[in-house]
Amino acid sequence: MSADYTEFHPRWYRRRMSVFWWVSRRSYLIFVLRELSSVFVAWSVVFLLLLIRAVGQGGPEYQRFVDRSSEPWMLALNVVALAFVVFHAITWFNLAPQAMVVRVRGKRVARSRIALAHYAGWALLSALAAWLIVE
Amino acid sequence: MADHIILQVTRYRPEREPEPTSQEYEIPLREEWAVLDGLNHVKDELDGTLSYRWSCRMGICGSCGMTVNGEPRLTCATFLTDYSPGPIRIEPLRNFPVIRDLVVEIGDFMRKLPQVKPWLIRHEDAAPPEGEVLQTPADLDEFTQYSMCINCMLCYSACPIVGLEEGFLGPAAIALAQRYNLDSRDEGAPERMEVLSTAEGVWACTFVGECTTACPKGVDPAGAIQRYKLTAATESLRSFLLPWRSA
Repeated sequence: MSADYTEFHPRWYRRRMSVFWWVSRRSYLIFVLRELSSVFVAWSVVFLLLLIRAVGQGGPEYQRFVDRSSEPWMLALNVVALAFVVFHAITWFNLAPQAMVVRVRGKRVARSRIALAHYAGWALLSALAAWLIVE
Repeated sequence: MADHIILQVTRYRPEREPEPTSQEYEIPLREEWAVLDGLNHVKDELDGTLSYRWSCRMGICGSCGMTVNGEPRLTCATFLTDYSPGPIRIEPLRNFPVIRDLVVEIGDFMRKLPQVKPWLIRHEDAAPPEGEVLQTPADLDEFTQYSMCINCMLCYSACPIVGLEEGFLGPAAIALAQRYNLDSRDEGAPERMEVLSTAEGVWACTFVGECTTACPKGVDPAGAIQRYKLTAATESLRSFLLPWRSA
């Protein structure tokens, strides 16, 4: 408000939000990290698609992909990406029960059970993927 | 336990200063005193020029919301002893323009609230029901939680999206829309969807979740918004797949 103060048109004070509003509070910081983790989730998908393409193209292409993936900077990137993807999954599973209302025989299922079901599904799919790779 | 505590209170007197300043008051520290009692002591005994809002002193009227040591709180439900030995920083609610001292301007919310039509909507051509419209306890359970909102604005103060996106409807308005959407007597859900399922409605929310943490009445606005996102997404998918069935 640029108007001068008068008795009937008071000059309101508006506080601008700082660009660094998200460092002022732990929960805001976690939220921003969760949003940022999407970039790494996207990278993981791209990396997986590149792997599939390399496998599809066979021997030498695949070897080149493996060599490139074992370069230190690529390893570092993928370790960071893995950490963010795990962070993304955990925060997502913890938030899911808040958005879901599940009823069994008219009774609302407890939030902890919905979260547990998500984790169980995650474990099951991971085990299945591990089994497919090992076999 | 010390017998006094310092309150660092934000003062803003627009007629003589361009921006807020802080003023300290030393008040008695009593076990049964909430922060609001401390402010009332300041007003009655130390400095009658201090401005703030309050009414019921019991968490019902929703007028004494302020920022206490950085957290949005109802000052009538926040006890001085929990902050001993102090000092306690008392500021106006964030994300609102400040009129004077601890008094904020909530006109923006008052203009947004009616947009979600927070009242029972029935089809006008239908005959009025004979007697009451009956509800089961399960029907009541569906929306009771969302009807507990006291419009205290703590959720708006806690939400960074409210501060960043001026048009965002905000947590309380959406939770109140859900209060009526989930009421078995209400038929206004399609009308509310036009306002709720927009970039300034539920889709502006990025699920920070602080509105629910701040809510003194257990309303869980963040949960209400995410539930509605699911409803809105399902509805738009349905109208895409089964266009003849959508309203």
